[in-house]
Amino acid sequence: MSESIPPAIEVSHLVKTYAGVTAVSDISFTVARGEIIGFLGPNGAGKSTTMRILTGYLPATSGRVEICGVSVAAHPDDIKRRIGYMPENNPLPEDMRVSEYLYFRGRLKEIPRRKLGPRIDEVLELGDLKRVRHKIIGQLSKGYRQRVGIAEAILAEPPVIIMDEPTIGLDPHQILIVRDLIASLRGRMTVLISSHILPEIEMTCDRVLIINQGRVVAQGTPAALRREILGRSIYQLQLAGDPGALPALLTTIEATLHLTAQGEPDAAGFRTVTLTAERDDELGEAILRVLLANNFRVRALSHALPTLEDVFLAATRRSWDAIAAPKRAAK
Amino acid sequence: MKHFFTLLSHEIRMLLVSPGTYVAATAFLGFMGFIFIAILENYSAAPQDSSPAQEFFQLYFLPVFFMVPLLTMKCLAEERRLGTMETLLTTSVTTTEVVLGKFGAAYFLYLVLWGSTGGLFYILKKFAGDAHLLDPGPLIGGYAFIAVSGLFFVAIGVFASSFSRSQAVAGILSFVLLAALILGSRYLADAAFLDHESLRPLKDAVAYAQVSAHYDDFTRGVIDTRQLLFYLSGTVLALIFTIFTVEAKILQS
Repeated sequence: MSESIPPAIEVSHLVKTYAGVTAVSDISFTVARGEIIGFLGPNGAGKSTTMRILTGYLPATSGRVEICGVSVAAHPDDIKRRIGYMPENNPLPEDMRVSEYLYFRGRLKEIPRRKLGPRIDEVLELGDLKRVRHKIIGQLSKGYRQRVGIAEAILAEPPVIIMDEPTIGLDPHQILIVRDLIASLRGRMTVLISSHILPEIEMTCDRVLIINQGRVVAQGTPAALRREILGRSIYQLQLAGDPGALPALLTTIEATLHLTAQGEPDAAGFRTVTLTAERDDELGEAILRVLLANNFRVRALSHALPTLEDVFLAATRRSWDAIAAPKRAAK
Repeated sequence: MKHFFTLLSHEIRMLLVSPGTYVAATAFLGFMGFIFIAILENYSAAPQDSSPAQEFFQLYFLPVFFMVPLLTMKCLAEERRLGTMETLLTTSVTTTEVVLGKFGAAYFLYLVLWGSTGGLFYILKKFAGDAHLLDPGPLIGGYAFIAVSGLFFVAIGVFASSFSRSQAVAGILSFVLLAALILGSRYLADAAFLDHESLRPLKDAVAYAQVSAHYDDFTRGVIDTRQLLFYLSGTVLALIFTIFTVEAKILQS
């Protein structure tokens, strides 16, 4: 059954070069229908270029892109009807009213006149824009403009929404609203968003795709990425006792557990130590039991979960190393 | 061409709601009225050979030099500067439709502005009560010339606008292109270095592209299909180049 429905986005071996510079080099990924996927990467990694190719705005140098089973290169017109796209920096005409703009865009997206009015009301409601519907876009605050952009992208109810940095430059409250708006699309539409704000992606997205220098360096759910990229866990303890005895004790708990940092003891004799294990299952209880049995006094124990930020940094660093290594070898 | 009328009506609407349009229109009409008064003063001082309409339309190039760049410099340059070209072209709208929509709206405003000068002749007719001052031949011929040549001039302006993100650069470029077409062709026609026999075809080509000579024919009531073809083919060529430029700029973006 699932075989008969093609995935929402299917990219295979996508390459894009500009005048000798490779912006995207051999990217492949698949996005299932109804999934919200985050697209991460440092500046200049090729995020925007990939998104523009997906929308049919830019032609690819080689490779194949299919949206809902339709090839972008062969049927650009068909693709443009299936995609709602919000470009980087959300360009909007300065001198139009919100409702006028949505009406104009709706006409361009071939929504029948009869249905357009109610649909505009609907997206205004979704984006909480009813109060500003008669305002001129140039006078709106950034949060409103961003929501106008999102409302415009979902206007024609396309199966696939592509948004390039929808939360850039917003304050935390506005980010929350935009995040809820995106989350409300879950299951109905496939959403591909790029962002620098990592907690953001972690909260809204089902899956994350990290690209660097035009290559996919990691993909999966945030939890899976943590395991795959970092593959270790970090514990922080505040304890009092003889630090010299610690390393030997630690190896009895888990072979790879070792001391990575220790602080100076405070007035009460407690010091902060950091332990690292090369495995990601929970060791907290075992550590506590062993330490207490060996006359250590423990005041606090925390299991530091690596954030997506750590994963992102590790993944991009790893890819740089991989690219730099053959060059060094050649020298 | 499904979206052409949506785009055209949108563009015209945006022109009509913009206060700048009305300021420009008032200034234009004031300027043309000033010229008209100067012509009428000549007529009241001494009898003249030609009709006032002929004199009036002879100065067509003055408003063309300033109005066409001002009308068209914004159209594609602004769209690219704001980045709204990307949102426009990621719907199922083609570049051709966008360019034609912009061109259509600018040409519409050009015609409306020139059409408003008809009021000057109406006032003259109403108050002078002298029928021979209003020879319909040069009047109709003059407006026909404005309408036909306007196609080409506006297309040149739109073409210039596709070159740059900056409106100022687009405006200056279209001014220079128009000046080269209107004044340059007149200068080349008189230039002695083209008189050599081997340069004969070039000389013919320059003579064919003489905008002011076309104007004389039109006001005399001669509408030559070769001249119509000159403006129409020029318009089509300028618009095709505009479409290519817009598409080339996307590939570089």
